[in-house]
Amino acid sequence: MKRAVHIVALFSCIFLAGCDLVVLSPAGDVAQQQGELIIYATVLMLIVILPVMALTVFFAIKYRESNKNASYEPEWHHSFSLEIVIWSVPLAIIICLAGLTWVATHRLDPYKPLSRISEDQPIDPEVKPLIIQVASMDWKWLFIYPEQGIATVNEVAAIVDRPIEFQITSATVMNSFYIPALAGQIYSMAGMQTEMNAVINEPGVYDGFSANYSGAGFSQMRFKFHGLDQAGFDDWVAKVGASGQNLDTDTLERLNQPSIAHPVTYYGTVSDTAWDRLVNLCVDGDSLCRNDMMMVDALGGGGLEGLWNREMFRGICSAEDPGAFIAMLRPEMRLRAGEIVTAMSLLPDATQTTRQ
Amino acid sequence: MATSSDPHGLTSGGVDIHPFWGKLSWDVFPFYDPIILSTFIGVVILGLAVVGAITYYRLWGYLWTEWFTSIDHKKIGIMYMVLGLIMLLRGFADALLMRGHQAMAASGSEGYLNAHHYDQIFTAHGVIMIFFVAMPFVTGFMNYVMPLQIGARDVAFPFLNNLSFWLTVSGAILIMISLFVGEFSTAGWLAYAPYSGLEYSPSVGMDYYLWALNIAGVGTTLSGINLVVTIVKMRAPGMTYMRMPIFTWTALCTNILIVATFPVLAATLALLTADRYLGTHFFTNELGGNPMMYVNLIWIWGHPEVYILILPIFGIFSEIVPTFTGKRLFGYTSMVYATCVIMILSYIVWLHHFFTMGAGANVNSFFGITTMIISIPTGAKIFNWLFTMYKGRIRFETPMLWVMGFMLTFVIGGMTGVLLAVPPADYVLHNSLFLIAHFHNVIIGGVVFGVFAGIIYWWPKAFGFKLEPFWGKISFWCWLIGFYLAFMPLYVLGLMGVTRRISQFEDTFYSVYFIIALIGALFVAAGIGAFLVQIVQSIRKREELRDVTGDPWNGRTLEWSTSSPPPYYNFAFTPRVYEIDAFAQMKREGFTRPTTGFVPIHMPHSTATGVVLAAILTVMGFALIWHVFWLAAAGFAAALLYGIGHTFNYDRDYDIPAEEIRAIEDKRSAQLAQAAE
Repeated sequence: MKRAVHIVALFSCIFLAGCDLVVLSPAGDVAQQQGELIIYATVLMLIVILPVMALTVFFAIKYRESNKNASYEPEWHHSFSLEIVIWSVPLAIIICLAGLTWVATHRLDPYKPLSRISEDQPIDPEVKPLIIQVASMDWKWLFIYPEQGIATVNEVAAIVDRPIEFQITSATVMNSFYIPALAGQIYSMAGMQTEMNAVINEPGVYDGFSANYSGAGFSQMRFKFHGLDQAGFDDWVAKVGASGQNLDTDTLERLNQPSIAHPVTYYGTVSDTAWDRLVNLCVDGDSLCRNDMMMVDALGGGGLEGLWNREMFRGICSAEDPGAFIAMLRPEMRLRAGEIVTAMSLLPDATQTTRQ
Repeated sequence: MATSSDPHGLTSGGVDIHPFWGKLSWDVFPFYDPIILSTFIGVVILGLAVVGAITYYRLWGYLWTEWFTSIDHKKIGIMYMVLGLIMLLRGFADALLMRGHQAMAASGSEGYLNAHHYDQIFTAHGVIMIFFVAMPFVTGFMNYVMPLQIGARDVAFPFLNNLSFWLTVSGAILIMISLFVGEFSTAGWLAYAPYSGLEYSPSVGMDYYLWALNIAGVGTTLSGINLVVTIVKMRAPGMTYMRMPIFTWTALCTNILIVATFPVLAATLALLTADRYLGTHFFTNELGGNPMMYVNLIWIWGHPEVYILILPIFGIFSEIVPTFTGKRLFGYTSMVYATCVIMILSYIVWLHHFFTMGAGANVNSFFGITTMIISIPTGAKIFNWLFTMYKGRIRFETPMLWVMGFMLTFVIGGMTGVLLAVPPADYVLHNSLFLIAHFHNVIIGGVVFGVFAGIIYWWPKAFGFKLEPFWGKISFWCWLIGFYLAFMPLYVLGLMGVTRRISQFEDTFYSVYFIIALIGALFVAAGIGAFLVQIVQSIRKREELRDVTGDPWNGRTLEWSTSSPPPYYNFAFTPRVYEIDAFAQMKREGFTRPTTGFVPIHMPHSTATGVVLAAILTVMGFALIWHVFWLAAAGFAAALLYGIGHTFNYDRDYDIPAEEIRAIEDKRSAQLAQAAE
């Protein structure tokens, strides 16, 4: 079937003057399956579309007014058997397509860890996926490699045939993280973390960009995705590491200022809290983190009690270490410290994936 | 308009608010932009010419008494069509600017639009084409044709109808003002949060969007209620639901959709307005706001909206095909059920617009499959038109040409639509130019083709003469060729991974496709031009094209049984209906027009209230946009008082004397006798 797909792609390319239909012939296994699905679904629908188009033209010619030989039955307006056919043929096609959709949607769920590297290469359970954290900013992409302890702007690299797990968020409006050759796209949204699992099967340099309009610098919000072999990737990580720049809190805050066509930038070290600050929308040093705010909410919300708590709470502790907070509680609240600690332990972890 | 050095539009948004003038100052007029300045000068000259001509020919009084204040559903219908046509020219000018710019930008230059200007243009294009072109067109058809088809003399609430129209105009006026005073939104036609919130779109552009749609949306909702009640309560005796013409059926389903979904739009926009004006946080990133909620809500309105546009168009085709094949519609019953099924299913598919926002596989599959199911009743409709042609005598007059163009084009759009409903396929096609090609494929190939077919079909009913076919056919072929040239390259570009709303390109690889698309847009421009020429030529040659029978196409439904144009009371006697295609049955059984025994007819009076209220609300909207709050409060109070005052106007109706009816009907008898000689 894969061959058939290539034949169709090749066939269309002859008509389209040798174009590069990256969506139909990508370099990543997930995008490959998505592209094949487009072909299957199209072929399935053409089973009914083509006869309809042909019949339209045929009837138009045959029953034109000037053709007096064609029969004319002005009162013929109903045929039970024909109606069965015109409802059941599309129904049959849609049943097939619905089955295909259900299976493919579950198999290609971007949140699901990959089940294979490529058509003829199973997954190695020993190999952990490469985690890349992706944040859209006005108007550039920040990539953090927690494993390697490096970060980059507007350039990303991964290892050929090793699964990749993207964790995606936004420090600004919605964007969509899309590398057509790799694995489709997922939105990046502020205060939420979305996910995408992917693998690149052929080395090369591929285009990536935002696929959801985000404002003035949207057109330039582009980056290159490098598919590298292990050695190439190690070299790349070393190159980034050698850049000498550090993505600390201040740098992150400066980076978060709007900029258009931001140059590729390497950061050899990354602050441990960078990703948490991005997901929790507190890249600006003086803003309250979302997970902290949730805790404040759980402790009394935006009322007087909550405002008191929030002022005290600003930047002094995290959900994991409530001690500093409890020490600062007003005396009458301190009686309820045990209750509060219990409440904290029940708090949702805001960095967890947000899913519907 | 802010320049590109001001990407967030902060200069225009961050100005101090003057206690009397609000945000207004001399700086809000975009004189520094040569494109807008020259457009402005052109519009002023054209506007002065039109005003001058109306004044010179002393038409103001006529327009005011016969049109603006009229509550006659036929005149309101025609005014909707005129509004749609005027706004089509504006919306299409935006399209040409975009096509020209992208063709240049993709060829290696920067193009002539900066990002900020380009973003406003694609936003304006979408908003105008949906809300102020397609909606007025379909509402215009439903207003004009539906009461005639059910044998009614007007709609259920004639004054409300006039008010609905002027509220729509009010929204259109606010959008047109944004071109020259301040700027328009850059947030896209659905204004996704959080981008549309104050933090990321501080300028007045978003406020123009919100108030234009708030006001026009009220008009649409009221019009929906009005037309539902009309169909339910005012059908001629004998016209059971299953004897209603299909166009009326689609109008019923459409207006039920309007009544059920436009309040959702109103609520969503009201919450966003509250975010921008009152400091609430429904859809912001901060303080517990939830932008995904906005996306859900806007599509819960947005998806039914596309069926609001296409269902009446399916109705138009269902009238035209039987007429020009000289045959009863095949499968009337299944057509009715298909329409109802589409109406219901359209509510449970909205999530297919954002499969890529991280919903799970179960949710995505559910919405993907419900979307595909819609293609079954839609397919049944296509088959019904197809088998209506079967064993017919097809006359290829201009409306039928549009139908053929529709049937061959729409199925392609339907197919790509189902393709986009497969979630994994959508992961690679979402927001790409493939998507743009898909929805233009169904909106141009469906709605626009249907609108032209309908205009040519019902024109002789409205004005008493046919549109001449030569320029009509040129218009059709230009549109058809133009559509394919403009949008097939976009399908290909989508498969090459090119996304929408891009104003600058890195490489020149795509330029040939964008240039072909531009040529297509120029063909469409020629098609619009030919259509305007067709109208002018037909008016000039109206005596040759005159039809006195009232039934130029050998029609089958009741609107063809009265004169063209119909008298203001529509029918001297309310017709009785015995079967589907009431007029075809009357003709078959040798019905003769009654010429005696007229009785007085009860009719409503014209009123200026609709125009005045809409004018006050336009001023109020403008004041709110510019934060001139004293004027907004005054406008609101004035509208409220004027509205209450109107309820004390008891002089609302009158009886047309039997003598007057006799005079009009006798004149028609004489005309018919003369034509028969």
